[in-house]
Amino acid sequence: MIDKKIINNIAKLSRIELDEVHAVQYAKDLSRVLEYFNQISNINTNHIEPMTTPLDQEKVLRKDVVNNIYTPEEMLANAPAKAGNLFKVPPVV
Amino acid sequence: MTDIQAQSQTIQAPIYRGFLATIGIEIHVQLNTLSKIFCSDATTFNSGDNENVSPLTAGMPGTLPVLNEKVVEYSVKTGMALNCEIRKKSIFARKNYFYPDLPKGYQISQYEEPICEHGYIYIKLDDKVKKISITRAHMEEDAGKSNHSGEFTLLNYNRAGIPLLEIVSGPDMSSPKEAAEYAKTIRQIVRYLNVCDGNLEEGSLRCDCNVSVRKVGQEKLGTKVELKNINSFRFVEKAIEYEIERQIDLVERNEKIVQETRLYDPDKNRTFSMRTKEDAQDYRYFPDPDLLPVIISESYIEAIRKTLPELPTQRMSRLQADHKLPEYDAAVLTAEKEIADYYDEVAKFCGNYKAASNWIMTDVMREINSDPSKLSGFIITPAMLGELIKMIDSQQISGKIAKQVFAEMLLLKKSPSEIVKEKGLTQITDTGALEKVVDEVLAANQNSVEEYKKGKTKLLGFFVGAIMKATKGQANPDLVNELLKRKLS
Repeated sequence: MIDKKIINNIAKLSRIELDEVHAVQYAKDLSRVLEYFNQISNINTNHIEPMTTPLDQEKVLRKDVVNNIYTPEEMLANAPAKAGNLFKVPPVV
Repeated sequence: MTDIQAQSQTIQAPIYRGFLATIGIEIHVQLNTLSKIFCSDATTFNSGDNENVSPLTAGMPGTLPVLNEKVVEYSVKTGMALNCEIRKKSIFARKNYFYPDLPKGYQISQYEEPICEHGYIYIKLDDKVKKISITRAHMEEDAGKSNHSGEFTLLNYNRAGIPLLEIVSGPDMSSPKEAAEYAKTIRQIVRYLNVCDGNLEEGSLRCDCNVSVRKVGQEKLGTKVELKNINSFRFVEKAIEYEIERQIDLVERNEKIVQETRLYDPDKNRTFSMRTKEDAQDYRYFPDPDLLPVIISESYIEAIRKTLPELPTQRMSRLQADHKLPEYDAAVLTAEKEIADYYDEVAKFCGNYKAASNWIMTDVMREINSDPSKLSGFIITPAMLGELIKMIDSQQISGKIAKQVFAEMLLLKKSPSEIVKEKGLTQITDTGALEKVVDEVLAANQNSVEEYKKGKTKLLGFFVGAIMKATKGQANPDLVNELLKRKLS
């Protein structure tokens, strides 16, 4: 069961602003989603190794080779705010 | 059983005002690959702002990470040196948190199945040896660098994606000294393996320390506090010292120790709270669907094992056992890989191990200001120093003249034999030539000769000195002694 408190915590961790009405609504919605998925818990998964990938390909590795393709100017082209070649964001401390 | 295990003795846990301390350390080791862990951006430290940033590093949609093979190799290598079990299959996980130093909103790390587990190393403290367990070592990506200026935060993502190996110790240390020694030993190992430059100032090696205290006799460990932001071994010691005292003060005042992360401020020598458990993150780890499991075969492990260099403790044992060097010499010479390599070459060249050790520990160390990185461009190559020692051993020059030749080598950048030849410093071993000098010195000091013959044998040193002065130190001391004794008898 997901209550309003859990929703508010998730919102905080995800940096999402949420009002009371929505928090209550999402708690209800997400509880139902979770309930639905909980049916999976009824399946006996003893002795089944958790699947991490559906691919049977093993180990794809790159060589340790440098290839700087983009310039800092290109990488910052879409940044809403910048200072020189640095990304500028609201203060975090 | 290795030598070091044989010496293993229990180190008594020190008691602080009736309390015991428990310390565990997490060390982030930056692996010195050329490119990042999941893309081909360069890893150079001094690049311009955001110069080593590709769409993958910036967390653009539609990019896919591909693991760098060197990161696997270096991690396996380090795991072996730390006596870890290497997992045949390990997976990457996403550690989710929102902070601008991670543009994707998560850090790719390993959680449930790390590549290395269950290892141990030995640390040495005041002639005693202690085994420290390594819980795990896992691969992950570094975060970007943020610069907080008050009004806003500036971000440079050059560091984002640089490969890290996080080495986690067991809670096995019980004093600040042990903790610092453990960190030093890890640095020594990764430097010997050449997987990390070990530069603390540039952040190539970062230590987080978990510290708790409990009353003597109490079984249960106290609440642990994590110390971050420690960028030197001295500060590891200082920060933990401070933290132990702070926690004991709290317990004695019947106050609660809060589980939290604290930062160490070296200027004030104190720690202060950064974040408490209340705003603890829920990282919501889950296997990263963008990456395949890392499968490691037995043959791969064996191939890597063959590339393992001689590690510091093995090297130290060899220098003591095979080269018959005192423990002190062996410890000083093997502390840094560059010094140990230099020593081994000089030793191989001249065959006189103790002499090689003495020259390096005094003269060479003085010239390089004890900074091993200066050895690579050092004017006096191992072959040159080896030749110089050989010249002393074969009595071509005296030890005193050798010091002079050493100084000339630094100035003139020439081999010792060239300098000896040019400056005419060859030792006088010709009996006839030396006899002449001895006769002259004795003739000029008749009074002293009389006194010597009356029994004042201490004057022998005076004659030797006078002869050395007359020959500018080039006389063979053994021959001088022999001639003097014969002529004075």
